[in-house]
Amino acid sequence: MASEDINRVVGEIGLRHGRERWRLMDIVRDVQERLGAVGPEAVDAIAGWLGIARVEVEGVVGFYSFLSSGQRGRVVIRLCDDVIDRMAGYDAVRAAFEGALGVKVGETTPDGEFTLERTACIGMCDQAPAALVNDVVVTNLSSDKARVIVRMLRDQKDPSKLVHRFGDGNNSHPLVRSMVENNLRKAGPIVFSGQTRGEAIRKALAISPAEVIRAIKTSRLRGRGGAGFPTGMKWEFARAAAGDRKFVICNADEGEPGTFKDRVLLTELPDRVFAGLTIAAYAVGAAEGIVYLRAEYAYLRRFLEQVLEKRRADGLLGRSVCGKPGFDFDIRIQMGAGAYICGEETALINSCEGLRGEPRNRPPFPAQRGYLGCPTVVNNVETLACVTRILEAGPATFCERGTHQSSGTKLLSISGDCTLPGVYEVDMGITLREVLELCGGEDAAAVQVGGPSREMVGPAEFHRTIDYDDLATGGAVLVFGPDRNIVEIVSAFMEFFVHESCGFCTPCRVGTVLLKEKLDRVIAGRGEPKDLEDMLELAETIKQTSRCGLGQASPNPVLMTLRSFRPVYDALVKPDPHGYRRGFDLQASLREAERVAGRGSQQHQEGVP
Amino acid sequence: MSDRFTITVDGREIPAAPGQTILAAAQASGIYIPRLCHMDGIEPVGACRVCTVRANGRVVAACTQPATASMVVQSQTDELVSWRRQLVEMLFVEGNHFCMFCEKSGSCELQGLAYRLGIAAPRYESIWPRREVDASHPDIILDRNRCILCGRCERTSRDLDGKHVFGFVGRGIHKRLAVNARARLADTGADVTDLAIGACPVGAILRKNRAYRTPVGDRPFDREPIGAPVETRAELTINGGPAS
Amino acid sequence: MSKPRIATCSLAGCFGCHMSVLDIDERLLELVDVVEFDKSPITDIKKFDGRCRIGLIEGGCANEENVAVLRAFRRHCDILVSLGDCATMGGIPALRNLVPIDECFREAYIDGPSTHNPAKIIPRDVELPLLLDKVRPAHEIVRIDYLLPGCPPSADAIWAAVTALLSDKPIDLPYQLIKYD
Repeated sequence: MASEDINRVVGEIGLRHGRERWRLMDIVRDVQERLGAVGPEAVDAIAGWLGIARVEVEGVVGFYSFLSSGQRGRVVIRLCDDVIDRMAGYDAVRAAFEGALGVKVGETTPDGEFTLERTACIGMCDQAPAALVNDVVVTNLSSDKARVIVRMLRDQKDPSKLVHRFGDGNNSHPLVRSMVENNLRKAGPIVFSGQTRGEAIRKALAISPAEVIRAIKTSRLRGRGGAGFPTGMKWEFARAAAGDRKFVICNADEGEPGTFKDRVLLTELPDRVFAGLTIAAYAVGAAEGIVYLRAEYAYLRRFLEQVLEKRRADGLLGRSVCGKPGFDFDIRIQMGAGAYICGEETALINSCEGLRGEPRNRPPFPAQRGYLGCPTVVNNVETLACVTRILEAGPATFCERGTHQSSGTKLLSISGDCTLPGVYEVDMGITLREVLELCGGEDAAAVQVGGPSREMVGPAEFHRTIDYDDLATGGAVLVFGPDRNIVEIVSAFMEFFVHESCGFCTPCRVGTVLLKEKLDRVIAGRGEPKDLEDMLELAETIKQTSRCGLGQASPNPVLMTLRSFRPVYDALVKPDPHGYRRGFDLQASLREAERVAGRGSQQHQEGVP
Repeated sequence: MSDRFTITVDGREIPAAPGQTILAAAQASGIYIPRLCHMDGIEPVGACRVCTVRANGRVVAACTQPATASMVVQSQTDELVSWRRQLVEMLFVEGNHFCMFCEKSGSCELQGLAYRLGIAAPRYESIWPRREVDASHPDIILDRNRCILCGRCERTSRDLDGKHVFGFVGRGIHKRLAVNARARLADTGADVTDLAIGACPVGAILRKNRAYRTPVGDRPFDREPIGAPVETRAELTINGGPAS
Repeated sequence: MSKPRIATCSLAGCFGCHMSVLDIDERLLELVDVVEFDKSPITDIKKFDGRCRIGLIEGGCANEENVAVLRAFRRHCDILVSLGDCATMGGIPALRNLVPIDECFREAYIDGPSTHNPAKIIPRDVELPLLLDKVRPAHEIVRIDYLLPGCPPSADAIWAAVTALLSDKPIDLPYQLIKYD
């Protein structure tokens, strides 16, 4: 495209979003969508429009997986490549796509029509293998389906035409029109309960913000993203923080592989999530709210916009919410662009400001200085749904469920080797065994609770409980049957962390790469006992010295399994009798030279005197 | 602002002020906490993690963590020194470092820290990444092979030079130093007198035509370990100055 | 009692470290009083005569022959010391790790500015050892007991290391003797 055309496109998009620096994400996303790339000319044009350095724009484009400086195809097929998808047949699906398109993963067809990529978990593990075709989600893939998809795309040119049936619930809503299934297997009494729209807000507005915070504290609600910080306390800090302008943000960037419960909440109960955010805003004194929606869930965006629009029309958003004078509040949706790290609240805030999604230092905490330097509360989708219920039914109803330290219920996203994968609302404190009985995963040999960043649990520990005192989880429960290879799973998890590291700090950026290399060597049977000790040491260093939660959690797959599945590792390593390093693979390292020389190695390795 | 208070670092009680970081307080009292991504005069960010210490038992970066009254800081424990060694070794294997022909050798902070920490060689296997060299600028050379992604040039250019010559692209292990032009440093506003050019702790950004002016043996880290000036200054203060 | 034996080799190195060994000057006489040199370029002994106390390894491993020699050193020596930056980190030869092997060959034998090779022949005689995909430091190939960095390590560093080992002490170099250049 000629550069004047690029300038024109960027100009149009810029006009839509304005010239504020923090709209950069929206602008680059739109440019990517329109032009298939944010190339050098576009970068210059965007930088000129916003009056910032081009290297800042380039930094953002290069950070997010869904943005690219190189030209992508008109249709981008992103295959979800996580452990669960691999178990469900990712490799065959990938091969089928590659065959049908005639390109490998990472390549674009010569006609510029298709780009095939792999991507981290897209939140469809209960219907894996899955993929994104532009914004359209395709699930339960097989190699046959893959070929059909490519044929249809070639014929009809329009990914939305792939949708030939709708999933349950709001997935059939005219603005969603998705094949995604909710698979809501167990609706509990807290999150998936209560119907009266507006009731929670009205009850909240009838009392003072301080009383709202007291109600949340009484409920002992803790953050549902997994970290478990007391929600009331977070709000109180933000309320107490100096500043006229405050923000509340809903973290809808669930990216922990195996987590998809927020997707179901946003599909079925967006009003209850937005109500929770409105109540949070009232409690802390915010007039502006943001929903940070992960790029993978872009198919829900128009629907969510409409829900927001309807709330405005009904007086649940806007000036004087529910007729409460002085309480003005509105919500905008900020799209992400493919970066797991943006689920970390300070990285999320940076992303909202149009920066690279790198976490910030704390202090200052977001409640003191967050979005645009203003006091900011960031809450998980599920947390906000809980807030709505608490205000609606009272804290006592909430506390009736769960344990003292972990009150209420928890949504679990269960996938893997079980008969009923899907979303479950269970009481906090439930044992893992009970969970496995619910989902038909009694044969499990291992369960990853909380996704890759948390813990792998074996059958001897299935009596353990899901709550903040024991197995804390943002919701992911990945079930692995007896035939699964534990270390292969660990390697896939490490691959995820290598891919998703923001690269800001040394241990997470470099350490994870080194740890994965060592692990893969052990898996290949080229490890020595000392390698396991080295892995422990390296993992511990990464855990201790990394800058943010992601980095600190990144060695967990190795660290946790080296503790609880040690015999699996021990069986893979052995010492070398001669003191040769078993990690060095002579044959493999000669392969390239043999190819170039067109002959094999002539030398007898041990023949040298 | 409230009054000054004291903290202890490795058992030594030292004064600190509200808002002062652990690293700055320690440095003011002649205690050197190793660091790479931080230098005096720019905003600390905690990227390299080499300054990791324990403060009241918690693991924190000394360059970003504010000191608080009566804080107990440990810096020279076996555990922390071991972590620092590993971090420095990670930085070595992440890039392509050839000290034997690097102009910065002898005054390179990465090398200096490795010497100070007694590292004979990195324990990890080198990654040998492909990285670009940019010699386009008449007075400055940019060799990304040696870049440790500390961001000192970026912050110095932005905050002290007011220019924004440098930035970062990519993510994770693919993160790279970039310049504010389509490709070449020569097309940016970089000038050899920019403070950012002197901010590089390693040999990634160098002024041209200055190599090897100091003979081997006389270079800063030939004579004394990195951090020694901080510690020497302290002895002077202790002898002559008032105790905390 | 027989004197302890020392063996040395230069793998993918430049012999600079061996020069530095010779740079211990008159102390060399002290050394030969207490040790016997086995396989070494210094003695030109090609085969191991017996068990060695110390093996000094100069150079990293660039090809299959380097690997074979290094492994033989590991089998024949009680203590292996990596001598110099090539052995400890790969050194200058490892610069080619940034370039694919066939590109290396093309540059070395065909395209190089000082090359005259009108037939454009890249030598591939069976006698020539094949290159490894990467030049590697010695400790990636075999267990190495001590690392002595430097390009080359100074004669003082080598002397300090060897005398320590001969008196059954671990090598513990002072600040001034750890150098990477």
